[in-house]
Amino acid sequence: MRDLWPLALVLLAALALPFVVAGMDLAYVVGIATRIMIYALAGISLNLILGYGGMVSFGHAAFFGTGAYVVGILSTHATYGEPLTTWPFEVGGTEQALIAWPLAMLAAGLLALVIGALSLRTAGLYFIMITLAFAQMIFFFFVSLQAYGGEDGLSLFARSQAGPLDLGDDRQFYYLVLALLALVLFLKSRLIEARFGRVLQGIRDNERRMRALGYPTYRYKLVAFVISGALAGLAGALIANQTEFVSPAFLDWPRSGDFIVIVVLGGMGRLYGPLAGAALFLLLEEVLAAWTEHWMIILGPILVLLVLYARGGVWDLIAGRLSRRKAGADG
Amino acid sequence: MAEPLLQVEGLVKAYGAVRACDGVALQIAAGQIHAVIGPNGAGKTTLIGVIAGELPAEAGIIRLAGRAITRSPVQARAKQGLARTYQITSVLPRFSALDNVVLAALAQQRHAFGFWRPLRREAALAERAAAALARVGLEAERDRPAATLAHGQQRQLEIAMALVAEPKLLLLDEPTAGMGPEDSARIVALLKALKGGLAILLVEHDMDAVFALADRITVMVNGRPIASGPPAAIRADAEVRRAYLGEDAA
Repeated sequence: MRDLWPLALVLLAALALPFVVAGMDLAYVVGIATRIMIYALAGISLNLILGYGGMVSFGHAAFFGTGAYVVGILSTHATYGEPLTTWPFEVGGTEQALIAWPLAMLAAGLLALVIGALSLRTAGLYFIMITLAFAQMIFFFFVSLQAYGGEDGLSLFARSQAGPLDLGDDRQFYYLVLALLALVLFLKSRLIEARFGRVLQGIRDNERRMRALGYPTYRYKLVAFVISGALAGLAGALIANQTEFVSPAFLDWPRSGDFIVIVVLGGMGRLYGPLAGAALFLLLEEVLAAWTEHWMIILGPILVLLVLYARGGVWDLIAGRLSRRKAGADG
Repeated sequence: MAEPLLQVEGLVKAYGAVRACDGVALQIAAGQIHAVIGPNGAGKTTLIGVIAGELPAEAGIIRLAGRAITRSPVQARAKQGLARTYQITSVLPRFSALDNVVLAALAQQRHAFGFWRPLRREAALAERAAAALARVGLEAERDRPAATLAHGQQRQLEIAMALVAEPKLLLLDEPTAGMGPEDSARIVALLKALKGGLAILLVEHDMDAVFALADRITVMVNGRPIASGPPAAIRADAEVRRAYLGEDAA
């Protein structure tokens, strides 16, 4: 628990941010901070299977994008008052976050169940390729979905409605995302130390051994994959709200690559790693992209150096020896 | 004779044209150590894999305590009282010694889909794991990551992981492989101490260890058992001497 104080600092800073920058261009700074948190959430979801489960999914954008589209499609139907379907009974769209966001998680989770059930029969390079292939199928599905904008995507009339909150207000949206991020991190901190999380890490370390011990490893990996997909769906629902725009770009494979970079940058199998990874990735993009459009030229070598010299990613560099000593035992 | 704990009949396992196990038959009584010896490539490790359920048998029957398990998956066999160790040490490198055994103990439970309560606070599992570590003499190393343990200690850890399941039959694949004489002697002493409490199928190249431990010995050559009997009879068997022991004696 002693190593929690840097986190408390980050949390305090995050809470204070919208007030500290009140004098500056609020929408800009808070907007970036919100985006970082949403990408961190997506990274956290990927980290569960990549960092803790040893499953290199190269198709995580499919779940992210599906979550975004669920919110986008429901919102469009609500805006124009057109029912989603009239058979067997009429189902309309909705702008209610309490309905649309869980549906986004459900849809992404179900998609993860199908993709995972098939992909997890393979391992290693085949797993990477098959998750990529599935994600691209979903990508082209949405590209061809002319009713919802096809390649051009879909603009949202407004952000979701969440009870007394006005999510159209950047500050309120920021705090909601912060709260969700904190909740997910807390739940994940429990999960990775509980039976399920420890078994998952055991499978990552030595799957054959775990199977010999009597664990039906496929089942554990699939459950992790579904949880991960549903969380990515939540991140997608949030990004649709932030940008008020949904397009197939959310599902394209470079996006899956971004998520992997965020996890690796931050530190695989480190609870807070994707937080650091997302911040570094998006800030670098922000700073370097203003300077050159080939900003990946700078990011690339940084990534290589990290992989070579700091396998625990930025998080271990920040948190220092304290966390590294723990990591020795916890992975 | 009472019903044997493990009964193997006419077991066949082939890799293409090569029959790694070709009509293997053996019986192990409860509490006995049964050693399987033979030159490299005789099919001893394959036999363990088939009995453990990791490799499918093409023909033959395996019975554990009277129940046919020939077609049962690994997990089902593990739950019915089979545990094995590997010729090449196989532990969870990043987990502490204790956590390795805790995960082995947890595997005995109906499921491990717990998402809330920290595993390290489950006292019952930790106690069983600590007891198993103590049985193999590793209690002092309980908090060290398995990767940092010495080779011999990792072997002991493997045996603890097998023991915590309280198996009826332990399949040991060359437990002293790659060990110096000191570590070897420690493993032999450990197995001697375990003897009687459970049955052991022991595949081993170290003849001193085999003759010190085994109640019965089966000699395999090219996938076939060529002799089976008490150690004294095996030592005296002319065919065995020619096929296998002779190599040592020469």
